[in-house]
Amino acid sequence: MVSYSRRTLLKAGAAFTGASALGFPSIVSAQAARIKIGHLVPLTGFLGAIGSYAQLGVKMAAEEINASGGIMGKQIDLISEDSVNPATASTKAQRMIEQDGAALLLGEISSASSLTIMQVAERNKKVFFSTGARSDALRGKDCNRYSFHCDIPNTVMVNAVGTALKQKGMMKGKKFVTLTADYIFGHDLLKAAKAFFSANDATLIGDELIATDVTDFSPYLLKVRQAKPDVVCCNLAGNQVTNLVKQYAEFGFPYPLVGFNLNTGDAWAMGEGNLSGTWPTVWYHTLDNPASKAFVEAFSKKYGKPPENHAWIEYITLKMIAQAINETKSTESDALIAYFEKQTPFDIMKARKAYFRSWDHQLVQEAYPFTVKAKGEMKDKWDMLVLGEAVPAAGAELESIYPTKTQNPCNMKA
Amino acid sequence: MQFGFLLEQVVNGLVLGGYYLLIALGLSLIFSVGGIVNLAHGAFYALGAYISVEITKYLGFGSAVMLSPVAVALLGILFERFILRRFYDADPILSLLVTFGVAMVAEQAIRIIWGAPPISAAIPQAFRGSVFLGDFLFSRYRLLILAVVAAVLIGVWLLLHKTSFGRVVRAGIQRPDMVAALGIRLQPYMTAIVMLGVGMAALGGAFFAPITIVHPAMGAEIITVAFVVVVIGGLGSFWGVVLAAMLVGVVRGITIHFAPAAGEASIYVLMFLVLMVRPRGLLGERIEKFE
Repeated sequence: MVSYSRRTLLKAGAAFTGASALGFPSIVSAQAARIKIGHLVPLTGFLGAIGSYAQLGVKMAAEEINASGGIMGKQIDLISEDSVNPATASTKAQRMIEQDGAALLLGEISSASSLTIMQVAERNKKVFFSTGARSDALRGKDCNRYSFHCDIPNTVMVNAVGTALKQKGMMKGKKFVTLTADYIFGHDLLKAAKAFFSANDATLIGDELIATDVTDFSPYLLKVRQAKPDVVCCNLAGNQVTNLVKQYAEFGFPYPLVGFNLNTGDAWAMGEGNLSGTWPTVWYHTLDNPASKAFVEAFSKKYGKPPENHAWIEYITLKMIAQAINETKSTESDALIAYFEKQTPFDIMKARKAYFRSWDHQLVQEAYPFTVKAKGEMKDKWDMLVLGEAVPAAGAELESIYPTKTQNPCNMKA
Repeated sequence: MQFGFLLEQVVNGLVLGGYYLLIALGLSLIFSVGGIVNLAHGAFYALGAYISVEITKYLGFGSAVMLSPVAVALLGILFERFILRRFYDADPILSLLVTFGVAMVAEQAIRIIWGAPPISAAIPQAFRGSVFLGDFLFSRYRLLILAVVAAVLIGVWLLLHKTSFGRVVRAGIQRPDMVAALGIRLQPYMTAIVMLGVGMAALGGAFFAPITIVHPAMGAEIITVAFVVVVIGGLGSFWGVVLAAMLVGVVRGITIHFAPAAGEASIYVLMFLVLMVRPRGLLGERIEKFE
């Protein structure tokens, strides 16, 4: 009889548990009658909270598509996993294409991870829809033919908030201090912000780069006070925005805090009375149009809470993909790229239809500045924001708030 | 003017150190007495935050910061009685694995109960804003935290140095065999130490919930800094941990003042330097059972 010591058993057991925590690749049996779609989104780390909303959105879209007969009569097999960090995101993307047989990929919020998935997509000649990454560079110098970008880029967020600030007289001649996330997204956002400041007679008198693992902002806030700015501007991402806003309220500085990036999931976690100022958003669940209302109602019924903007963007993206596959009757990359490059208009639950711009694959759509509701006016804890007028204004071209070819050139290899 | 700003950073760093201290002191005590590196310590900090946010909804902030540590300390009894107790004499790697497992289970449990998105918490109105002393600025709320940390610190010091309980604990750190030979069972003391340790972590969580993001992984975020503090301070030394916590807070603040990008790395550099010069930590004592 073979005997194991208790210790050996425990060690083996622990090793096994550890390995399964890291995640075994999902084992999927080969079924020709199904279309496999890979979905990656951060479920841990500073973007994990909003990533969990993204996962709910994409699952709901897949279930709806499958319930109505699938795509070209085939059911969708959605493989959805935590992208963790840029290196893991790239490894998982490669595995999804190579081993799981994913026809295409979608997802991601981190611009750094999105960049590595874009490279995998290009190498494997598979289409990737980057749903939540906002860095301009992904649409510009890092662009490629196989990657599409659904969220609004940094330049649009800066334009949306900057325009609103201009109307309130909080731009011309004002002194700004920025707090910026120290990775590709933040650097890029700061660049766009600087361009807007110099074009509108504002000065940047201080600029702090902040690592993405910082949770205590007090030393930075002391520096902000030393600079004595007119306006403080937050260029952070994910739950760092929540942290900063909470601590900014704690110190109670007289300088208004605004920001060029915010996801509503992070705003909901800020606590009563902490958020103020003007911020941008790509979509909010109180948008007043029938498609949006129906989606919000179905989502709230299913999950017991309203959809966050990442739930929405994942949902509409999978629906656009399904429409494209159905109409082209193909999952081949070339056919899909051609379909989207025709600038086919899509209803994305906003007043105006959206389309992927052919030369940089950016989903051109409305954006909204918002301010914060007074305490007494909130219907429930989700009802925090007052949307401003959609940008660009009703008569203007949608593309007018997006970077131009000269501002953000993209050269795709054929 | 430059000097004034720097002084502000130093004072702010001391306050921040106080907050690290609440977590690190318990971690150090549990290690010193039981020989267990409690990787689940952060989980109790997170639970303290979540429970306090829940209680705040019904009984207000004041009750929450008092009741939440008590609730977590009671959980600590179960943790010690059913898990830690089996590992005091085992290979340290086993207690590392089991507490790491508990940390993961706790994080998932929080995710199941409260959901993955962060939950919101705010500072009570009375403690918002800053206090000015001349040109000096303090966050009113952080001053409150500082006062609480000071009170806890005095309490724990008195407990360890002026009571018979403390004498047994301190003797148990150095010579558990001798304590046993004198006919004293260390186990009930260990239960009390774990309760005290996780209770302090929960107190930290309860006070920090309003100014940090309350999310399932918050425990994993704090545990690294707490370890750095314990390692720099040296095991078995009460004042070592206190000194290290303050030092870590101040070094981080000053680094951010001059080189913001290096802020988070600075505390690890500090740890490296201290360990080069004093491998046992700043005030670490020689503890026979760990040599």
